[in-house]
Order: sequence, then structure tokens, then C-alpha cells
Amino acid sequence: MLAKKRPKYLNLIQIRLPPAGIASIMHRISGAGLFLILPLLIYLLQLSLGTPQDFATFKAVADHPLVKLFLIVVLWGFVHHFFMGIRILLIDIHIGVDLPAARASAVLVTAVGVLLTAILGVKLW
Amino acid sequence: MVKRIVVGAHYGLVDWLAQRITALVMLAYTLILVVSLLAGPAPSQESWRTLMSGTGMRYASFLCILSLCYHAWVGVRDIWMDYVQPVGIRLLMHTLTLMALIGYAGWTTQILWRL
Repeated sequence: MLAKKRPKYLNLIQIRLPPAGIASIMHRISGAGLFLILPLLIYLLQLSLGTPQDFATFKAVADHPLVKLFLIVVLWGFVHHFFMGIRILLIDIHIGVDLPAARASAVLVTAVGVLLTAILGVKLW
Repeated sequence: MVKRIVVGAHYGLVDWLAQRITALVMLAYTLILVVSLLAGPAPSQESWRTLMSGTGMRYASFLCILSLCYHAWVGVRDIWMDYVQPVGIRLLMHTLTLMALIGYAGWTTQILWRL
């Protein structure tokens, strides 16, 4: 018997994910990123709540343009994870399960993640 | 008709449910924090410290960090289970993740109670 030559698109560049798939993998990536960055965020919390000298250090660190840019990326991770999480919770209680609704909510979540981060990023700069 | 009898300790269900409940705790905490910051006085270190040192807020922050650590444990464990196939390395990653998260919970608790 001949081995079947099924198309196996394991090449990440060839895989075309639907909107829900994109929003889903970004939920995973943002979650992993937030986990990895957690010690830095706790350290910033400690500085912000510490002595006035600690607070001055916090301001100096957070005001650095590269740090700010990095924190805005972290903010995007949080915002996307936050709204995608709400979408998952709603689907868990059977709200928006049909394909058109699920597709629309995935697009909405991804768009809100980018837009809200942009607005907050500009405000916080 | 196939009668499917589910057996076992249901650890998977507990973790799945815990991930949802901890998500709701963090959702509520985020809203409380955003509203407190918007409704509160002009941001300064003094107002920030005052906000975070209130009894109710301290309890909420404590609950949030514990929820975050449990939530991250379930999520990060799922990632290791999906992508790391060798059992030894996976066990190591699980162990390091747990140790890190327990440490973060202790560290944050110390920050909150020192206020």
C-alpha cells in the first residue's frame, strides 16, 4: 500500500489561521509573556510602593523611552489577554458560540486589544 | 447506547474551573483598581500608597496575586504539556514554574504588608 501523501501544513509560515485561531494563539503568547515578565512587574510594584528614593528610581526607570515602549507591549499583552479571557468565559456559558458570532468576537477582541493599547499608550507616554 | 462512566479524581476539571474562577477574581480586581485610580486624588506616591494600604484593598490585592499565581500555574503548565514532550524536562519545567509562582506570591504579599 502506498503511503498517503496528505498535505501536512506544519510549516508555520504556510498555516493560515482563522480570526479565532489568531486571537487564541495571541492569548497563549500574551499569557506566556506576562508570566515571564512577572518578576519585573512585581519589582516595579515594590519600587512604586517603597521609600521616596525607591519611587524616584521607579519614575526614572519607567520614564526611560525603551522601558516605556516595552511596558506598552506588556500592556498590550494584558489588554488582549483580558478581553480574550472575557470572550472565553462568555463562550463557556454558551454566549456567542455560533461561527459568525465567534468570528466577530475574535475580530473585536483583537481590534480592541490593539486600539485600547494605542490609546492608553499615547496617554501614558 | 454507550454508557460512559467517568472515573478519576477530576483534577483536570478542578484546574479548568479554578482557571475560570481566578480569572473572574482578577477581572473584578482590575475594575476596582481602574475605578479607584480614576475616582481617587491626583496620582502621587502618597495617594498610591494610601490606596494600596487600605484593609479592603490589601485583601483584594492579596486575593488577586494568589489568583494570578494559580491561574498562571494552570496556563503555563498547559503550555509545557503541549510543547515539551520529554518527561524529564517537562517535570523540571513544571517544578521551576511552581517554585517561581510560589515565590512571587510570597514576595508580593511581603510588599503589600510592609505598607
